[in-house]
Amino acid sequence: MTGAAMIGLAQVYMLAGLVFAAFAVLSARDASNPKRLANAAFWGLLALSMLAGDRLGDFGNGLLVLALVGIAAVKGLGRGSQSPAAAPRSGKGLFALAVVIPLAALAGTLGFKHFPGLVDPKQATLVSLALGVILALGLGMAWLRPRASEPLEEGRRLMDAVGWAAVLPQMLASLGAVFALAGVGEVVGQLATAIIPEGSRLGAVLAYGLGMAAFTMVMGNAFAAFPVMAAAIGLPLLIHQYHGDPAVVAAIGMLSGFCGTLMTPMAANFNVVPAALLDLKDRNAVVKAQVPTALPLLLVNIALLWFLAFR
Amino acid sequence: MTMLVLSGIAVMVVGFVLRFNPPLVVVAAAAVTGLAAGMDLHAIIAAFGKAFNDTRYVSVIWIVLPVIGLLERYGLQQRARELVAAMKGATLTRLLVGYMLLRQLTAALGLTSIAGHAQTVRPLLAPMAEAAAAPATPAEAEEVRALAAATDNIGLFFGEDIFIAIGSILLMKGFLEQQGIDLAPFDLSVWAIPSAVAAFAIHSLRLWLRARRRA
Repeated sequence: MTGAAMIGLAQVYMLAGLVFAAFAVLSARDASNPKRLANAAFWGLLALSMLAGDRLGDFGNGLLVLALVGIAAVKGLGRGSQSPAAAPRSGKGLFALAVVIPLAALAGTLGFKHFPGLVDPKQATLVSLALGVILALGLGMAWLRPRASEPLEEGRRLMDAVGWAAVLPQMLASLGAVFALAGVGEVVGQLATAIIPEGSRLGAVLAYGLGMAAFTMVMGNAFAAFPVMAAAIGLPLLIHQYHGDPAVVAAIGMLSGFCGTLMTPMAANFNVVPAALLDLKDRNAVVKAQVPTALPLLLVNIALLWFLAFR
Repeated sequence: MTMLVLSGIAVMVVGFVLRFNPPLVVVAAAAVTGLAAGMDLHAIIAAFGKAFNDTRYVSVIWIVLPVIGLLERYGLQQRARELVAAMKGATLTRLLVGYMLLRQLTAALGLTSIAGHAQTVRPLLAPMAEAAAAPATPAEAEEVRALAAATDNIGLFFGEDIFIAIGSILLMKGFLEQQGIDLAPFDLSVWAIPSAVAAFAIHSLRLWLRARRRA
């Protein structure tokens, strides 16, 4: 952070906090939702986290998470009734508005690099996403002329459909932090090394590729698995003992991990959130749709490791 | 360091299999893991809270919902379905393979956030996929929507690593640097190309076989 005027994460969190606060207020007023107060408290706590998380302290944030979990587990979140759809408008206009956010993200990611004093370059994508939302909302209000509260009402309805799954990605990232503090990675690394037969290059390649996928499935994130598996097997065995190409070992090891990401509910933002967003009854439907691609792809990646790393 | 710290993983697996409330399972796994490692409850709660606060950016994506909700109220999903229905020769396979290619190419240029489950899959790709597949049962409609989400993930994961400035490439470069191995990001990203081609081929083949089974 250099200049005080620079737009960065703080402003994006402010906007997100206001949106969640609006969801909370509208939830509280939704008479058709039998659990409206639970919803209001849940989105309200998320608003508090966005607006004031940095002032709550670590323990305070921990208590906030426990309150979120308590509401989701004890009371559960509810859904109100759907409002009747408005008369459909022209497809061209709707599609044009739908691509405003992606285009703004694109333009901002590329363009803000040239204005480092205006927008924090590290957060250019999130800032442009937020600006895209504001721009699309402005254009949508001008063209469709809905009631002022309509976008937030409709957004809140979608949010209620997602429910607690909305915070699962953040919670799993936090679990990863506790795993790291507790040394889970080191223990998994020791286990993986212990099962490789002495002197077997194939055994080491298999343990590295499968280990990346399996540990990624546990952590929900290949970024957490890579340093563990690379330190336990990739570096000492594949690179040093068997003289594998470090670039290949690292790159394809990471991609073996990505195959694991496709097969685990722990990667909630990719696998559980869309199931909620798409109204799928089976929470694991997206994982099930991915496994038949992920498994053969994992085998291909392990074969690529074997053939490309030891040319 | 004892094997006991792995007990949190067991809690996660059992909790997910028995279908307990997932947020509750996650907190229980964190508590068990932390206690096994000799941390006290206060330290566990603080560690969890700090990480939760540090990863708020993950949840910013939900601010797109008011825009998506507004567009859907005025018929976006319906128009997306009509668009596909009016196209000659639009099949589920062609639609998803085309989307995957676009997603892989844009992700390879570093443009990972221009599409996603909230921005493009729910309002556009999923209704288009349903219109192209013309599912016979509600269960098949759900399967088609799940395939749409899966295709977005596969395109993203096996495109983004070709870009030199993506997080995972920088992580690998940083790790190898610490071990005394100096590589340019390009040396790493070029080795993501064979896997990207394989991902495209395997997923396309699967979609094509699925269509042939149903024909």
